[in-house]
Amino acid sequence: MIPSIFAYFAPTSVAEAIGLLTQYGDEAKVLAGGHSLLPAMKLRLAAPGVLIDINKIAELRGVVINGQINIGALTTWHTIEHHVGLKGVCGVLPEAVAQIGDIQVRNRGTLGGALAHADPSADATAVVLALDAQIRTHGPNGERTIAASDFFTDMLSTALEPSELITAVICHKLGAGEGAAYVKFPHPASRYAIVGAAAYVKLSDGKISTCRVAVTGAGPVPTRQGDTEQAMLGSDGSAEAVAKAAKVSGATMDILGDIHASEDYRRAMVKVYTKRALTTAIARARG
Amino acid sequence: MTTISVTVNGKQYTHDVEPRTLLVHFLREQLNLTGTHIGCDTSQCGACVVHINGVSVKSCTTLAVQADGAQVTTIEGLADGATLHPLQEGFWEKHGLQCGYCTPGMIMAAADLLKNNPNPSDDEIRHGLEGNLCRCTGYENIVKAVRYAADKMSAASVS
Repeated sequence: MIPSIFAYFAPTSVAEAIGLLTQYGDEAKVLAGGHSLLPAMKLRLAAPGVLIDINKIAELRGVVINGQINIGALTTWHTIEHHVGLKGVCGVLPEAVAQIGDIQVRNRGTLGGALAHADPSADATAVVLALDAQIRTHGPNGERTIAASDFFTDMLSTALEPSELITAVICHKLGAGEGAAYVKFPHPASRYAIVGAAAYVKLSDGKISTCRVAVTGAGPVPTRQGDTEQAMLGSDGSAEAVAKAAKVSGATMDILGDIHASEDYRRAMVKVYTKRALTTAIARARG
Repeated sequence: MTTISVTVNGKQYTHDVEPRTLLVHFLREQLNLTGTHIGCDTSQCGACVVHINGVSVKSCTTLAVQADGAQVTTIEGLADGATLHPLQEGFWEKHGLQCGYCTPGMIMAAADLLKNNPNPSDDEIRHGLEGNLCRCTGYENIVKAVRYAADKMSAASVS
């Protein structure tokens, strides 16, 4: 399978890339790791006339941890998975990323690319939602920051404008009393999430004061589970409280069925994986 | 057409390619290095694994233009003259193949695995080869072949 013909550009700066995006607009696609885009182009599901390869923009790579965590958009899964500093301050990131695809996919795939592509079965989408991450973008009108909760708008669609580029993802460092987890039911060949759940909790005086749960794989869009989050607030995080909150997970979201798993099965698994993610996140928050 | 310069198995090549040319097609059809196979063509089976700057990648999901300026290693570049690489020897000694279609990718993925983890457990070998599918062996002898190579390479590094 061979992609259709395109013009190829490899800019070396963010400004140059945005110039090209502005010039070519909807005709152009950005190539990061290419592990979603190139398969789609080979199947001719995507046929951009212009491909803007951002891999030569060195400033988009790397993880910086200071007051917060700043992950460059072009940082590969491999870098996040093996980053020495991340494990201690946001262990859910390497934990989730290690479950993506296989070693060769993780060697190429990038965080920014996955978020911009917004595959309904991607893992990182649920994690950035649960972490309440900020997605930094650059466009012809300068920089802006989009909350993860505002970013995923529809199936394979985001709040990113056609001439904008994701430059970084910013998350806060998890401290005492905070815990997060990501668990998934992977498709055995592709390892995409049939259902994945990410959970974040904060404990104050033994009670849950903040809770965020996001589900991926089950429906067209990665989705925060507001009912589950509300049910957890103020609880002691006991197994009973988790079981009760997990029962309403997925209740109000669109859930899709396909040849791999029916809608009913996915609906059931959303509850199971929500429960597992919350249980682990709470155990981690307790330390 | 775009001109690219790539060093493959230590030899430098400068070629004109269409930007849409996949690295695996460049290697097989322009350089005649047919040891790298095309299996599923959908980034799942791992038959096309090669190294770019020492890192294993699926060459069916990489454009040749993305390898411009890079060092590429294919299965043809692994042996030292007539002396097989310990992984090639391991696959021979432990019957790590039947039809052999997956073998080049298996060996290139295993080489990357052993570089990062020179003494993996059997579980780590299986996990490390998740991106490579084999329809003949049932994987048992592939795990044994990688273990053979790991033992041989660590013995060589000690002596």
